[in-house]
Amino acid sequence: MAAGTETATEAQTEQKGGFPPFEPEHFPSQLLWLAITFGAIYLFVSKVFVRRVGGTIAERADRISRDLDQASAAKARADEATAAHAKALAEARDKAQGIARETRDAMNAASEARRKTVEADLSAKLAASDKEIATRKAQAMANVSAIAQEAAAAIVARLTGQPPTSAEIAAVQSPTGKR
Amino acid sequence: MDPTAARYLAAGLACIGMGATAIGVGSIFGQFLSGALRNPSAADGQRTLLFIGFALAEVFGIVSMLAMFLLLFFFK
Amino acid sequence: MNPIEQFEISPLKELGSIGAYHFIFTNSAAYMFLCVAILVGVTLYAMRGNSLVPGRLQSAVESVYEFIADTVRQSAGEEGMKFFPFVFSLFAFILLCNFIGLVPYSFTVTSQIIVTASLALLVFAIVIIYGFWRHGLGFLHLFAPSGAPGWLMPLIVVIELMSFLLRPLSLSVRLFANMLAGHIALAVFAGFVATLVGAGVWFVLAPLPLAMTIALLALEALVAFLQAYVFAILTCIYLNDALHPHH
Repeated sequence: MAAGTETATEAQTEQKGGFPPFEPEHFPSQLLWLAITFGAIYLFVSKVFVRRVGGTIAERADRISRDLDQASAAKARADEATAAHAKALAEARDKAQGIARETRDAMNAASEARRKTVEADLSAKLAASDKEIATRKAQAMANVSAIAQEAAAAIVARLTGQPPTSAEIAAVQSPTGKR
Repeated sequence: MDPTAARYLAAGLACIGMGATAIGVGSIFGQFLSGALRNPSAADGQRTLLFIGFALAEVFGIVSMLAMFLLLFFFK
Repeated sequence: MNPIEQFEISPLKELGSIGAYHFIFTNSAAYMFLCVAILVGVTLYAMRGNSLVPGRLQSAVESVYEFIADTVRQSAGEEGMKFFPFVFSLFAFILLCNFIGLVPYSFTVTSQIIVTASLALLVFAIVIIYGFWRHGLGFLHLFAPSGAPGWLMPLIVVIELMSFLLRPLSLSVRLFANMLAGHIALAVFAGFVATLVGAGVWFVLAPLPLAMTIALLALEALVAFLQAYVFAILTCIYLNDALHPHH
């Protein structure tokens, strides 16, 4: 069997002129079809493939970089907003503290003023009372001497049997009055 | 010696060159690999040189294969 | 079972001839068109929504785009991006042809030396034409790197010129040989499976080459991607020479 195939191959190759890839018989048609097909592939690749695939890849890269830019812009805006917010917050806090201080000051002042008026009123009343006490005391002291004169006159009258004269009363009273 | 037999013998001898080329090509890729494993970051930049070396080394195997083909199919 | 039968080109339709050249619609041409159809169909289907939030297929297409764009940018600089459609076409064509070829009973377009040689010569021609158009005779600095001592110059020029001229050869034969050898190996091991199954009690051993075939298929999938990538990155490196010959 082996010998048979060998001779058959030998005969075939002898008849065809050798190894099939080296047969010049089909070279022209191979070249023609290669030129046509490779030309078609080159045209397809350069006109369609590169534009579509390369275009898509470039578009995607553009889109990604654009999106990244947008994202970083948005981040910057967000940072800005955060800063503005913090600032507003600080301002509001300052304002609130200011208002509180002002209110406190106003209230302090009001209460101080009221206290002062009340104090003034009270001291005026005190002064008035003092004066009245003094006058009453003076009156009372005057009355005391009158009562004492009467009592003394009555005592003298009871003891002596006759009421003293007013000159005598004055004479008795003068040292007392001087004291 | 029969000329046909001598031709076939010569074609077989020409194939020794292809074996030698195999050693050379294997050496190139092996050296590249051992270098690349030591410094992987530098390997990418040297790939072009690797293929230049590979192409140069393989030329001689191709020449010996060509000699074999010429002996087998063209010198009759 | 002949392992090189899979590289046979079979005519499907005779189209006519110009002079001595016959133009035939072959199975190879059919697979090239299949490759174009898959690329166009997958791209249009994946990008139909063209949405900013990609679906599974769309992000796969986009990651391939990014992968090649990074490769071009890394090896040929930002200026090299004008060659991006060309590099991507090469990568997509070779990758799809390699992967279509991995399907059993299919035909591998990149296992034809004429196809890989045409692609490599196209790259070579673009490098030379663009280099001279852009830099004029300054492009010749590529063969005379600065900093070399004067007495070494002739030797360096000869070596650089040789390596430059070997480029299209190595570029085309590398892809061709990888595809060819891989598919022959696959066919040989698959042939062992068929032979063992048909060889009486020996069929109990058939799972061994089958496992080998599966492992080789995985390896070939890696090679299919790697060769497309290597072709693309070497194209970038050569274009970089055309863009910046003063290295």
